[in-house]
Amino acid sequence: MKKFASLLLALIVMLSFSVVAFAETSPLTDEELQAKYKELAGTSINVYNWGEYISDGSEGAMNVNEEFEKLTGIKVNYTTYDTNEAMYTKLKSGGAAYDIVIPSDYMIQRLINEGYLQKINFENIPNYKNIMDEYKDLYFDPQNEYSVPYNVGMVGVIYNKTMVKDPEKSWSLMWDKEYKGQILQFNNPRDGFATAMFMLGIDVNTQDEAEWQKAYRMLIEQKGVVQSYVSDEIFNKMESGSAAISSYYAGDYLLMKDNNPDLEFFYPEEGTNIFVDSICIPKSSQNKEAAELYINFLLSEEVALANAEYLYYATPNKTVIENEDYSLRDNEILYPQKEDMPKTQYYHNLDQETLGLMTTLWSELKIEGTSNTAVYIKLGTVAFIGLVAIIFNTVKKKKREKLYDV
Amino acid sequence: MQKKTLSAKLLASPHIVWSVLFIIAPLIMVAYYSFTNADGNFTLENIKALSDYKEVFLNSIWYGILATIICLVVAYPTAYFIARSKLRVQSTMIMLVMLPMWTSLLVRTYSIMSLIENTGIINTFLEKIGIGPLQMINTPGAVVLGMVYDFLPFMILPIYSVLTKLDNKLVEAAHDLGASKVTVLAKVILPLSRSGILSGITMVFVPSVSTFYISQKLGGGNFALVGEVIEGQFVTSNNFNLGAALSLVLMVLILICMAIMNHFSGDEEESGGGLMP
Repeated sequence: MKKFASLLLALIVMLSFSVVAFAETSPLTDEELQAKYKELAGTSINVYNWGEYISDGSEGAMNVNEEFEKLTGIKVNYTTYDTNEAMYTKLKSGGAAYDIVIPSDYMIQRLINEGYLQKINFENIPNYKNIMDEYKDLYFDPQNEYSVPYNVGMVGVIYNKTMVKDPEKSWSLMWDKEYKGQILQFNNPRDGFATAMFMLGIDVNTQDEAEWQKAYRMLIEQKGVVQSYVSDEIFNKMESGSAAISSYYAGDYLLMKDNNPDLEFFYPEEGTNIFVDSICIPKSSQNKEAAELYINFLLSEEVALANAEYLYYATPNKTVIENEDYSLRDNEILYPQKEDMPKTQYYHNLDQETLGLMTTLWSELKIEGTSNTAVYIKLGTVAFIGLVAIIFNTVKKKKREKLYDV
Repeated sequence: MQKKTLSAKLLASPHIVWSVLFIIAPLIMVAYYSFTNADGNFTLENIKALSDYKEVFLNSIWYGILATIICLVVAYPTAYFIARSKLRVQSTMIMLVMLPMWTSLLVRTYSIMSLIENTGIINTFLEKIGIGPLQMINTPGAVVLGMVYDFLPFMILPIYSVLTKLDNKLVEAAHDLGASKVTVLAKVILPLSRSGILSGITMVFVPSVSTFYISQKLGGGNFALVGEVIEGQFVTSNNFNLGAALSLVLMVLILICMAIMNHFSGDEEESGGGLMP
């Protein structure tokens, strides 16, 4: 964290030259950009992003939204969500008009299919050239019309080396009976099912019910050794040593490692999930040009660097990777060497039927094992007591009425 | 009750507008979604699909009942004690009861988590004195504990407000007539505080049955309560129709439970100061 202080200084210096930086990278559009800033100053944009997913000025880091407001005079209304699905629900209900959303790959595919996104005018985003070629032409946006990559991440297995000795690099660690009660599983169906599917060698994007059932049986088998199904409380549990094994996102692992150096990480050999979160503009946007200027701002070297340092996710921005000040540029977990690169698979959007199947199986998994007869007996007892009380109450009332009648 | 002046109507109108917009309209939408499919056609499929979730409903109700009973047992003596103390002490005590409600429910649930975690504060202490770590988190007990902790003030406050208004002359009269302390409690104080108990039960039972956050964090996601299943239907699988049907049935079940409870409220209008009419 101490690196931040010096980094901040560097950033402040760089920021004051940011106009010059623009001039260097895109001499032709710089003046036009300035003109655009002037023209749009005073308007506002609504940005809808993941929670904790932008450098927000804490711990001395850059406050990206504030810097954008200072540079352009465009006001940023910033709100956050926890899951792609929550964002989708909000967008679909049409309750609010957003100018910027940052969903993951499969959700972008779905949003494009259902017509919620609009094409971006890349003339307003000269910094798009900073994006590495390997993150262009991705499956969900093959023509690069709707989305601009923001962050890249992969899922892996985290373990505590004081409790787990030299494990094999396989998903089967999460099924290991030796660590019964010390294993954490995702509490969201897509990632949860993916762990079983990668282990079984099933395509995570399959729409075949039999294969989902197979993965489901695997998860049932795992339930016996799982301590709990978690989302963000994983940080607490892994850092404090309450659990020994879990699977989570690589960037978040690095954050945990800061607090507990005993934590280790690997990418399973069977393959794992890779995801790209990309910046998009919904159809409902009221201020598209300002949104494009915002995207351009996020892609500039100094902002992308601040975000990469703050978020610990891998960046698709080549100016950051090439920047010597970037403290994570040699990190082998975020940027594995070619030969260490795991097999990866993107999630694709599932059709409604498969989604329904997945949710049903997931809640069946949760119910599994809670004995059914016990709850009937318990509730039956309660109902019986209630009934007796009602009868008793009525009889008493009748008696009293009789008493008064006389 | 027939005579309502114009000004009374005007004064009531903000609340009526509020109810129509935020209570009645959403209820109609819930009912609409429950009986339609994704294309908006009438269907009973959602209601039929509910049979898969029988145990979830029963479990939720069971935990709700358990939490409510524990709350009642803890809250009644507390409320009685507060109501009998000096006025200045009373206000301090009530503030202490309300104090946890000033922090967010999420923060409170998280703090319980770090208390009863396997390597949490309590277990670290137990380990030091040799009792050894106990499995507390991720058990049904932890979920009920969370419910009790989060909703206890809702039980104490209505009972307290009824008890403070209880006419002490009645208690004295009973004593004068030779009733023992237990008889006074059973025959005078308890029946007179019934309205407070009933509104307390309602205010603890309803949120306990429908909670999803507490069971997720303290139960380790190991057992699905109905709130969690509803959340999953809306958020993960985007099946608004099934989610709405689940909510509707939950509402009906709660209403039935409340109807049974109301049976005990008796016909005589008690001079209760409960938070429920």
